[in-house]
Amino acid sequence: MSSIAGQKSGLVWAVHLSAAVLVILWLFPTVGLLVSSFRTADQIATSGWWKALFPSQQNLTLRTAAPETQVQADGLFVIEGSLFEDGSSKVITVWGTNAKGIDSYQPGDTAALRRGGRLTVQADGSYRLEGEEEFTGRRGPRVFVTAEVPPEFTLANYHKILISGGATDNMAKAFFNTLTVTIPATIIPILVAAFAAYALAWMEFPGRALLIAAIVGLLVVPLQLALIPLLKFHNGIGIGKGYLGVWMAHTGFGLPLAIYLLRNYMVGIPRDIIENARVDGATDFQIFTRIILPLSFPALASFAIFQFLWTWNDLLVAMVFLIDATGETTVMTKQIVEMLGTRGGNWEILATSAFVSIAVPLFVFFAMQKYLVRGLLAGSVK
Amino acid sequence: MSGVNLEGIVKAYGPIQVVHGIDLEVKEKEFVVLVGPSGCGKSTTLRMIAGLEEISDGALTIDGRMVNRVAPKDRDVAMVFQNYALYPHLNVADNIAFGLRIRKESKEHIAESVEEVGNILGLTPYLERRPADLSGGQRQRVAMGRAIVRRPKVFLFDEPLSNLDAKLRTQMRAEIKRLHKRLGATSIYVTHDQIEAMTLADRIVVMSDGRIEQIGSPMELFLNPANTFVAGFLGSPPMNMFDATITAGEQGPVAEFDGQRIQLQKLESLANSEGRKVKLGIRPEFVSVADQDAPNLVKLDVDLIETLGSEALIHAHLMGDPFVIRTNTVGQMNILNGISGFTIEPHLIKVFDAETGQALPGQVLEQ
Repeated sequence: MSSIAGQKSGLVWAVHLSAAVLVILWLFPTVGLLVSSFRTADQIATSGWWKALFPSQQNLTLRTAAPETQVQADGLFVIEGSLFEDGSSKVITVWGTNAKGIDSYQPGDTAALRRGGRLTVQADGSYRLEGEEEFTGRRGPRVFVTAEVPPEFTLANYHKILISGGATDNMAKAFFNTLTVTIPATIIPILVAAFAAYALAWMEFPGRALLIAAIVGLLVVPLQLALIPLLKFHNGIGIGKGYLGVWMAHTGFGLPLAIYLLRNYMVGIPRDIIENARVDGATDFQIFTRIILPLSFPALASFAIFQFLWTWNDLLVAMVFLIDATGETTVMTKQIVEMLGTRGGNWEILATSAFVSIAVPLFVFFAMQKYLVRGLLAGSVK
Repeated sequence: MSGVNLEGIVKAYGPIQVVHGIDLEVKEKEFVVLVGPSGCGKSTTLRMIAGLEEISDGALTIDGRMVNRVAPKDRDVAMVFQNYALYPHLNVADNIAFGLRIRKESKEHIAESVEEVGNILGLTPYLERRPADLSGGQRQRVAMGRAIVRRPKVFLFDEPLSNLDAKLRTQMRAEIKRLHKRLGATSIYVTHDQIEAMTLADRIVVMSDGRIEQIGSPMELFLNPANTFVAGFLGSPPMNMFDATITAGEQGPVAEFDGQRIQLQKLESLANSEGRKVKLGIRPEFVSVADQDAPNLVKLDVDLIETLGSEALIHAHLMGDPFVIRTNTVGQMNILNGISGFTIEPHLIKVFDAETGQALPGQVLEQ
């Protein structure tokens, strides 16, 4: 007994461990992309995204205000102000007056300057420089501070690529173009495949088995094989270079899997139910719409998710069948490819664009994961 | 409501024939049970009547109309399936209403019918539930409700009770009987359970190997089986059967076996048939237990006596084959304890031809 129990717990651990590894593998780049999309180009260049979530230590070299702003009070020459002009909420931990001793003083300490005068710096960056003699020179003395900078995020990237960006940066249009491709390219194959699957599962006709075999055969045909002939055909009948062409292409490439999945699911519906409906007076069409379709919902949903994700992320079919010189129909994947060329150094723009393009698949995945898992098993387990 | 007529109905899958020409007339309002061991073609016959299987040959008429090539939906029949075949995505009310909706009945009519059926079957509290939330018996009732709501010409039942536990089965059996009395619908019922057949049927059709062995009322079949198959199939415990040879006796024919003799009734078919091999069939209930001194005693090797209260089952052996006797216990315990054999009246012994298995003509037991 103990050996069995031991084995089982070992297996459980292995499962948990591999699940954890998978989760980390998946989560790490996704979260990185999300965090980077809220950072400025400078932040991305100076520190990794994982540091963005925590306050960071920064060594800054700042200057007090120029001597020309000094005022005279009680016989002293005084310059007052804040080292952080932008009003940010940095907190000074230590500071110094020369490069060799940048951590010589605590906030609130008073340091005597080499060129005369006394400087007091508070934690929030406000300072008071006072001296018996008038300060001279063009610039104020340097102050070396080590400051704690709180996490800082910005929506500027999203504003830029979704609203204010120029043609090459604009993802909003590409987003809607992708939707325009994806939604019909998901619905059309499901409509066709559901009918086909019902016929292949429940209607007797000669050659049915051959047809099923042909569909299984088509499952393994790589789509690259069909790209050129199909494009020629589309051009020939005049639906190339437009949405209709890409819808049809996606439909064609998705149909074998759709029919196969749905047929396997529908075959699993008990025969009695269908026969009963037949005796009850239903025609094939009524059986299909009132019984088969509602009962096949999990399989329909899971295929819809598959097809949606695959058309959403597709670049190849869009490149071939959705050619448009004006950029009016550029989908997101293609837009990102173009940005890699034009904005290759602007990681903040690229990260933001990438996150915009994966946001919808992420949402679909989380909202429908129940069906995704159930549909993966559809037909395989009975 | 109307009758169903089968004339030479044949079902063949390619070259293999599974139903070999069935003739059966089901009268209006009659409850006919098709019974037989599994694989005897009873379900196939029923499915041919429903239109779910194509009829290979013969003529099927429902209400005087030939329906061989008519689609199931146009035959006006309703079927109750073994697995209930409820629509899992619809609640009870929608399940019952499905057939009516398909037929585009008016909303008021559908609501009324569903309510009425709910009352008849005691389903009113469950109308909003899904089939998954019902017990086996309730699902069975929904399946029947779905059939009766349409008031079809013919009800077909395909082993509707075989998925229920024993207690529920008894209960539902009575309910089906009551329902039939109330609705008076022509019904054809398939089962392999001979008790269901005996209790429900106006007439039983015993089938084996794609043929009809015998048709008759339950008591007719019980008392006067046409052959050894029917004799062995109906009755529980089944009829005891053993081989014997005919010899002539003083009071008519006598059967000899294992050095014992037993008096038979005078039958024309047994006249001058000395030496003829026969099979004798004796119902466990028809014998009288006796101790050693009784006249005409048939001796048995008694194995075991099971006392079940008011009655007892005596398990014995005759020529190596099991022989079962069922008898009352009241006032007989003395005899039971000293039992060594049985006596039986000659007219209660069934004589079958040893080769064909057919009952010899002329043996009729009145009910």
